[in-house]
Amino acid sequence: MSVVVVGAGPAGVRAVERLVAAGLRPIWIEEAPDGGGRVFQKPPPGFSRGHRALYGADHGRAFALHAALAALKPLTDWRPDTLVWNLRPGDLDVVSDGTHERLGWERIILCTGAMDRVVPIPGWTQPGVTSLGAAQIALKTQGLAIGRRVALCGTGPLLLLLAQQLTKVGAPPVLVLESAAWSTTLRAVPGLAWNPAAALRGMAWRAGLKVQTGAVPLRVEEGCTALRWRDSRGWEHRTEVDAVAMGWGLKPETQLADLAGARFAFDRLQRLWLPERDAAGRASVPGVYLAGDGASIGGSVVAELAGTRAALAVLQDIGEKPDPLETTLLDRALAREARFRRALERAFPYPHALAAAMPDETLLCRCEAITAAEMRASAAPEINRGKAATRVGMGRCQGRLCGPPAAEVLAQAIGCDIAEVGRLRGQMPVKPVVL
Amino acid sequence: MTRADVLVLGGGGAGCSAALHLARRGADVVLLERGLVGSQASGVNHGGVRQQGRHPAEIPLAIRSRALWSRMRELCGTDAEFDPCGHLKLARGEAEEAELLRWNEMAAEHGLKASMLGRNAIRAQHPYFSDRVVAGSLLAEDGSANPRLLASALARSAREAGATLLEHHEVTAIEPGFRVEASGREFEAPVLLNCAGFWGGKIAETFGEPVPVYPLNPNMLVTEPLPFFCTRNLGVVGGDVYLRQIARGNVIFGGGRGESDPALPTSRPLPEPAFAAMARAVEIIPHLADAMIIRCWTGIDGGMPDALPVLGPSRTTSGLIHAFGFSGHGFMLGPAIGAILSELVLDGRTDVPLEAFDIGRFARQTALAEDASKTRLE
Ligand SMILES: Cc1cc2nc3c(=O)[nH]c(=O)nc-3n(C[C@H](O)[C@H](O)[C@H](O)COP(=O)(O)OP(=O)(O)OC[C@H]3O[C@@H](n4cnc5c(N)ncnc54)[C@H](O)[C@@H]3O)c2cc1C
Repeated sequence: MSVVVVGAGPAGVRAVERLVAAGLRPIWIEEAPDGGGRVFQKPPPGFSRGHRALYGADHGRAFALHAALAALKPLTDWRPDTLVWNLRPGDLDVVSDGTHERLGWERIILCTGAMDRVVPIPGWTQPGVTSLGAAQIALKTQGLAIGRRVALCGTGPLLLLLAQQLTKVGAPPVLVLESAAWSTTLRAVPGLAWNPAAALRGMAWRAGLKVQTGAVPLRVEEGCTALRWRDSRGWEHRTEVDAVAMGWGLKPETQLADLAGARFAFDRLQRLWLPERDAAGRASVPGVYLAGDGASIGGSVVAELAGTRAALAVLQDIGEKPDPLETTLLDRALAREARFRRALERAFPYPHALAAAMPDETLLCRCEAITAAEMRASAAPEINRGKAATRVGMGRCQGRLCGPPAAEVLAQAIGCDIAEVGRLRGQMPVKPVVL
Repeated sequence: MTRADVLVLGGGGAGCSAALHLARRGADVVLLERGLVGSQASGVNHGGVRQQGRHPAEIPLAIRSRALWSRMRELCGTDAEFDPCGHLKLARGEAEEAELLRWNEMAAEHGLKASMLGRNAIRAQHPYFSDRVVAGSLLAEDGSANPRLLASALARSAREAGATLLEHHEVTAIEPGFRVEASGREFEAPVLLNCAGFWGGKIAETFGEPVPVYPLNPNMLVTEPLPFFCTRNLGVVGGDVYLRQIARGNVIFGGGRGESDPALPTSRPLPEPAFAAMARAVEIIPHLADAMIIRCWTGIDGGMPDALPVLGPSRTTSGLIHAFGFSGHGFMLGPAIGAILSELVLDGRTDVPLEAFDIGRFARQTALAEDASKTRLE
């Protein structure tokens, strides 16, 4: 039985762990030089900050995950630094350090993780502007603050977490713009086990941060010297900065699920097309399983649970009989987390109106240098037609970054529902490769 | 029931051009397209606009179309990024060089002036070629265009000229006469144009004239933008690789076949032909070796065993005219196909000789090898 697990973040580690416990020896593929995923990414060799300094309150989980990772590597066909660039029924193509290989699979668990979700604004492609995730990784892995006068824009827990982490290292941001209105966040409180509004306010207060809620960035000025932004009352401001980090939540890396032929459905809350899956993680195509942020954004706790659950689904499907109590407990925990997640999505929604209304001159697609005006002018009936007419999504990133905002722009321009403009079709290779 | 003079089945380059030419001459045209216009072969091809290397029977068609490419802006409001950058066909050995010479001689009889570049000239003009390249034939008036723009532009102009183009209208039933059903609506016209690409075979079959058409899926690749080096459209004798560099620097190339399920329809590129095409490209242009591939794709064209289209009146049914099976090189021909169809419908004749494209040829030549590897792509 050839079982493949793609990804060695929280979901991948727990999936592999459960498979190994059942006596299997999966092929385990990770694009990065080592496992841990984005959230528990290890510092590069030579950096020696401890778990507590690196991962804060989560250091216990980070430590446990890294320990599991280390223990599991020798029990699997471990392949770090390896990119899966194509996936078809029964086989997949990988490249590692320039060497290509074709591998077979009968069951595959995709734990492909997520990337930052951005809203292009004028000036966003200049040096000095980065994503919240990238800014955090620079800080986490190399102790690097992205600037001296940093503005942070986005939504959700990561925004304030990063603000707090920057403050801690002595580089407090000069500006923090949370796009969710205070009232939006408050309305979602009943669905949450904690009160994010209060918690975040407390966190901000403790860190001595002033957070603008309901506020959005409008433009990064030439040379990334200042940020123009709008507060919740509609007033515009200008703040001098030397770096900007932006991020409105995360976006699952679903390209491999797409190539596998999985059916996708539009998720209203996340405003994204996501691969369909059952509660255990089975995709619509036999043999393909999905877990973690690569399937739907849930965070690292959910990812660990979902990884184990997907592995159990594999075991069930190949005729093993795992303890029913184990699956029941997992299913319950996942359902609870899902409710919480939905509330969190409502508390910190993707600012789609900001994306839809981006000024005409905004570089919507940075790979191909296509403006929002060009997408609007295409008046295409769906997004692939818009891509064909304008080249949006045809560059290096293949629409991973610009796809969702492009759909918002197009839907608004032709006056239809976002789900109706559809999603960009994926093709091999999922990332640029040398053949 | 909607009545028209002419019903066009299929909104690729052939169908849209037919609708445009017919409407310009006052005919009442309805075009029915299953998906969006230009969403099949006509919208996803390599964009090669070449007369170079064509079968002798296709040369008059290609010459007619090439003339239209020069007036594309007039015809449909855009030049679809047509760039007459020249098509350079390369020989990788003496046998291939001889083949180039033979073709040039034949084409000269049709008035096409291709010029030979020998070993020294080609080295001097194209220093990026490897020693594998021994000669080339340049047809300077050939070039390339952006396939994503042409069919929709033709469609827009056809609408402006008064044609009715209905997208998301899949033809599901046809009765003699012709009564056609699409998306629950009925259409009637005395003339029916079969411009349904690969799927044209199924339509011909309904009228009792099956043809050996197969789904042809050229495998395509595109690199990230590279420093500009190559202005010409490149091909090789045998057609196992072809490439061009667009203004943004990306090199687009093809070779080999992907896979498809025309019933859905869906198609996808495959890794093996991508590796092979890359290897062949590197063989002639070594510095492509480290180029990053950012996307692969393919599409579905109607492939015929003799690599020639089915073009002309039906043998079984009067009023039915076929135009499909362009075998991987019909993007360039699309504009002329529409003009010719409009002449067949309105004048009952056309200047371009069509005998070689007669649908009856398959009944006559049943012994034809179904060797698809002869097909010239681009
Ligand atoms: C990857 C690739 C690369 C190529 N490269 C080149 C090149 O460089 N140069 C060149 O000249 N040619 C090239 N070609 C060939 C060229 O694209 C085709 O020959 C040409 O576009 C065919 O045009 P068409 O109108 O016959 O077919 P299509 O564009 O396929 O149009 C047929 C239409 O009919 C519709 N249809 C089918 N059945 C029905 C139905 N029942 N009801 C309603 N509608 C229906 C389809 O949806 C489709 O839109 C390439 C082809 C491919 C796939």
